[in-house]
Amino acid sequence: MKQIRNFSIIAHIDHGKSTLADRLIQYTHLVDDRQFRDQILDTMDIERERGITIKSQSVNLPYTSKSGEEFELNLIDTPGHVDFSYEVSRALASCEGVLLLVDASQGVEAQTLANLYAAMEHDLVVIPVINKIDLPSADIDGVKEEIENELGLDPETSLLCSAKEGRGIEEILEAIVERIPPPKGNAEKPLTALIFDAQYDSFRGTIVSCRIFDGTLKPGDIIRPMSTGATYKVEEVGIFRLKLDPVKELSAGMVGYVIAGIKTVSDTRIGDTITREANPAPAPLPGFKEVKPVVFSSIYPIASDDYQSLAEALEKYKLNDAALVYQKDSSAALGQGFRCGFLGLLHLEIVQERLEREFDQSIILTVPSVQYRFELTDGTTVTVDNPAHYPDPTHIRKTEEPYIRASILVPERYVGSVIKLCMDRRGMNQRMNYPTPGRVEITFDMPLAEVVFDFYDKLKSITQGYGSFDYELIDYRESDLVKLDILVNGEKVDALSIIVHRDRARDRAVIVCERLKDEIPRQQFKIAIQGAIGGKIIARSTISPFRKDVTAKCYGGDITRKRKLLEKQKKGKKRMSVVGNVEIPQSAFLAALKTDNE
Amino acid sequence: MDNTRDSSIRNKTDVEAGLYIHVPFCKTKCPYCDFYSVTDLTLVEEWLNLLIQEMEFYKDVFGTFDTIYLGGGTPTVLSNTVLTDLFQKLRRKFSFKDNTEITVEANPDDVTPEKLELLKDLGVNRLSIGVQSFNDEELTFLKRRHSVKGTEEALHWINEAGFSNFGIDLIYGLPGQTVANWMVNLQKALPFQPTHLSCYQLTIEKTTPFGKMLKQGILQGCTEKQGRDFFLETSRFLEENGFIHYEISNFARGNGFRSHHNCKYWHHIPYLGLGPAAHSFLGRTRWWNHRSVKRYCADLQKGMPPVEESESLTSEQERLEKLFLGLRTNEGVKMDDVFPRSQTNSSLDDMVKKRLITVHGDRIIPTKKGFLMADRLPLLFP
Repeated sequence: MKQIRNFSIIAHIDHGKSTLADRLIQYTHLVDDRQFRDQILDTMDIERERGITIKSQSVNLPYTSKSGEEFELNLIDTPGHVDFSYEVSRALASCEGVLLLVDASQGVEAQTLANLYAAMEHDLVVIPVINKIDLPSADIDGVKEEIENELGLDPETSLLCSAKEGRGIEEILEAIVERIPPPKGNAEKPLTALIFDAQYDSFRGTIVSCRIFDGTLKPGDIIRPMSTGATYKVEEVGIFRLKLDPVKELSAGMVGYVIAGIKTVSDTRIGDTITREANPAPAPLPGFKEVKPVVFSSIYPIASDDYQSLAEALEKYKLNDAALVYQKDSSAALGQGFRCGFLGLLHLEIVQERLEREFDQSIILTVPSVQYRFELTDGTTVTVDNPAHYPDPTHIRKTEEPYIRASILVPERYVGSVIKLCMDRRGMNQRMNYPTPGRVEITFDMPLAEVVFDFYDKLKSITQGYGSFDYELIDYRESDLVKLDILVNGEKVDALSIIVHRDRARDRAVIVCERLKDEIPRQQFKIAIQGAIGGKIIARSTISPFRKDVTAKCYGGDITRKRKLLEKQKKGKKRMSVVGNVEIPQSAFLAALKTDNE
Repeated sequence: MDNTRDSSIRNKTDVEAGLYIHVPFCKTKCPYCDFYSVTDLTLVEEWLNLLIQEMEFYKDVFGTFDTIYLGGGTPTVLSNTVLTDLFQKLRRKFSFKDNTEITVEANPDDVTPEKLELLKDLGVNRLSIGVQSFNDEELTFLKRRHSVKGTEEALHWINEAGFSNFGIDLIYGLPGQTVANWMVNLQKALPFQPTHLSCYQLTIEKTTPFGKMLKQGILQGCTEKQGRDFFLETSRFLEENGFIHYEISNFARGNGFRSHHNCKYWHHIPYLGLGPAAHSFLGRTRWWNHRSVKRYCADLQKGMPPVEESESLTSEQERLEKLFLGLRTNEGVKMDDVFPRSQTNSSLDDMVKKRLITVHGDRIIPTKKGFLMADRLPLLFP
């Protein structure tokens, strides 16, 4: 019987997680060198381009140790972004140990810390690995110091590697088998299998990734996800070998997949426990929670007659992304669309990009919003994530917005600018901590809404890439919120309304008015663009009308070019929304909805 | 363009086609002009020989022509022998209707009584004179090789030679030019009794020297407001003086004096263009020659038509072209050509209300305001 080790690699973004996974896979000869491609676990284009892992993939690596023992190492890859921290936690719950990857030139960063805490929560064995030692800027001693001081780990236990050059890979594999304990669990007990991922396959339905804690699972079994109560008959079980590799049975300690005629990934819940219908487990595995969206935005098709196509695309997309929630929405300016909830801004961007690329949709997203709470004069409380549902201001007694605790790790020289950024973003309760000389951990309580607006990009730019950031939601706090409307020739453009802190409203209104001025094409009449709170105008811009628009010459050689231009303009016009008598192109919405201030 | 020899592509309309010859030669290049031409006049002979070869490809394709237009470039840089040879070959290869309108573009600097005599002998019955301005400072700015004095002399000779049908080309909207300055130009043109005036607003094209100056910020076109004033004043003045404003930039002293050749472009009537960069149109097909004397000649030497590209219009494209071309003229467009299956649309009423168009029977006619917005007008149609 082969021995099993279950582990994950955790790292701050860009510290080389996918490259190390590649090397481990290559070392174990799971795939032919000729068929190998970089970031082999990142199957989506967007993952490769952005260098992030969105969907976790797992792989079962056969490994014979130096001492001659045979192992099956289950590498459970995890998404590398704070938006997906729950998915990460479920993946970690399926492991007994982790490789904690630290970039030899960047050192410990905010997510490294967050990841370590997460691993420690699950009592995992942590193997620190210092990666990128080939870089000229590598500072191995410095990083070891940080590992000791900031992570509280014994630096002597850390391994050195260059995933890029394939150095140190065998030492890592040996450490995995030596230091990480074998999974516990009893195959004789009732089945408990933790769902840590689910993927949709158009031929086979949902492929559920799970870790078996107790019991066994084989084709023919009738199973039940414990949170839903629905039952399914198992068609196939197997392990991940970069492809699905069926086995006769999965048993306690193993990581693998189950195919059981589950239609969509939404029928499964990450973190849920699968048990057998006959002889069920007395209780599910701990830690299950339903993930709730924190960022909301409406998606509209650019051409309103593409609504049906968008509806179908979302439905298909949703098959593979249980975290996305959506419902119908409509806007006077943009027509029929969907109000969507996301795990965070990255999740939102991913959904947007995949809908555009993989589903060929041309879409507009409204300004991301968080979920606000309004206490009304009649004593009831409503939560609102859509400016369209902003309550009558005269009925509002108290407004609240969600706050996060942001933890930012930066070299000391950037402290001033980071504090300024956080204060600008209404940060409060600042605390500073000096884990190692030269580096500062800054914590701030900040409104989530302020982070949703391009905070991370700003932080990266003011710290020249050295600042790292992590956050957790803490609570709701009272806040002076208003609804900012944008009017074009006196008509409200509902899709551009936002709920915003009163102190922010004017700046925001000015930016939107200016952007719209640049993007709305001139027409035969004057166009006024205004920002307003209730009836009060707080910003304004004007687009002057056309006085003359005709080219002087049009002879034989000009006709084709002129027609092509008209065709392009006509096509653009189809994508315009009409508000009052003003045509607003998609680009104007996109520009107005852009959150940065440049 | 082998398919032009295919019998399926023939001028089957009952309207005669126009014949355009592009003479891609100039003595000097004007900094605003984006028509294709070169200043290397040693290429003329080869161009002419190959132009004659090019005619072969289209021998029976277009039927009878009723206009010839020698444009450029500067056709009057051609020597008398070349011009004679060219017209001889044209008449030999193609058939023409009686009273064919034969126009030659001329630079005032090239106009001499002898040249005029020759053109007359060759059957040319219409001249288009590139005057551009009656102000020496403006002519210098435009880098024209003629002076006001030379221009006036040339126009005098034209009158003397008995060319009763000729047009004068002028440009307005020059940097610093006022409407009053411009009106002086128009006033100076009228005593020569032109039957036709083309008044173009200076358009700064990206690829020209002016375009580069614009980009560098050392040249500025006139504002939209100024352009509008120039346009409306020009139209008012010339209409008061008996001209018909029949196309955005063109005025004729009576319908018979319109450029019948140019009207073919605006009314989707077939035309054959010979020479580098020339465009041809027949049925739903448009094709155009290489915008390079070298490539033009190289193809013909290999026995190939010197066609750079061709396109075949879909019915929607045809509709769009008819619409935007028609709306540049005082004849407008036929309702049926724009609204298939005689469905009209509320947008029409809206445009009438905005005084951009008027409806006369089955035609949609642009107003002056419509002319001013002619590039946007087609977008208001469904």
